[in-house]
Amino acid sequence: MGLLVPAVLLVVSALALGRRVDVYGALLEGGRQGLELVKTILPALVLLLTAVELLRASGAMEALTRLLAPAAELAGIPPELLPLALIRPLSGSAALAVGADLMAAWGPDSVVGRTAAVMLGSTETTFYTISVYFAAAGVKRSRWAVPAALIADLTGFAAAAFFARRL
Amino acid sequence: MTMSYLWVAMLVLALFCGGLSGAGDLGGAALAGAGRAVELALGIAGSLCLWSGFGVLLDRSGLRAGLGRLLAPVLGRLFPTARRDPETLGALSANLTANLLGLGSAATPPGIAAVRRMKALARSEGATDEMCRLVVLNTASVQLLPTTVAALRGSLGAASPFDILPAVWLSSGLSVLAGLGASALLRRFWKKK
Repeated sequence: MGLLVPAVLLVVSALALGRRVDVYGALLEGGRQGLELVKTILPALVLLLTAVELLRASGAMEALTRLLAPAAELAGIPPELLPLALIRPLSGSAALAVGADLMAAWGPDSVVGRTAAVMLGSTETTFYTISVYFAAAGVKRSRWAVPAALIADLTGFAAAAFFARRL
Repeated sequence: MTMSYLWVAMLVLALFCGGLSGAGDLGGAALAGAGRAVELALGIAGSLCLWSGFGVLLDRSGLRAGLGRLLAPVLGRLFPTARRDPETLGALSANLTANLLGLGSAATPPGIAAVRRMKALARSEGATDEMCRLVVLNTASVQLLPTTVAALRGSLGAASPFDILPAVWLSSGLSVLAGLGASALLRRFWKKK
């Protein structure tokens, strides 16, 4: 995997240059958009990591984890990851905050850290996405979109727990 | 508003548990959390900039449009009604390719455009089967390069930030299959539109 990223960058840059695209200019412009993105998510991250840190220091996170551990074991998910699984469908930046917290506490290469990363990478902010898409288009009844999406999320979480350990 | 409720609920829970367990300095914990948010944002800022640039490059070079053409047969099968309308199909393709390439925020505008167009064509208040399928595809997150998470791993000192790729591909693949399978099953239980 070490060569994949530079190879992808090279292939795309070379193809674009072959088509007479201003490669450097495009990368710079995108970089400015990336900075905007950082600026947008930072205030949310501040609030959410404050809350996460409070939940952990107060013992609430641990209590929640213990309470839900049996359900997690049923799905094959390490109980430490439950707070992440609970927040993931609700808020993207909260999930990023909880995931970063787990990776920092357990180490990014530990089983818990890797599972958290795979969970973050293979699922989305379900409720947010459904409400934004349907509200913007004025769709009144979402019918089976929510249950189907939640089934997809659960499958993603269980699969993440399975594959993060083995691959 | 959801986030406001969530925020207050988290504070209540923390104070309640802290009171019960007699936890020490919660004020210090709050400040430490706020500080760590800035470290986190700065830690991933470089990667975010790099990959946002990569996204613009994919757009300008026409490679994203090419990927969309490759995906057209799959899209036609999942969205048989939308396939007949070029405008919907274009929006769907832009939405899906942005997701695939890990450009989450670039996926939302064409996704909304596709749902709007589907609604105008279907002339119904409720979600059609294909609208549900579109949001399920979007919530299941099919990503080839999960760049934000890799950035996060890198900033925390992972030995090889991208070595989670195979696990991410398999997990999101399974989650998409489960979502589509659940869609096929559940639509039988819901009234038409």
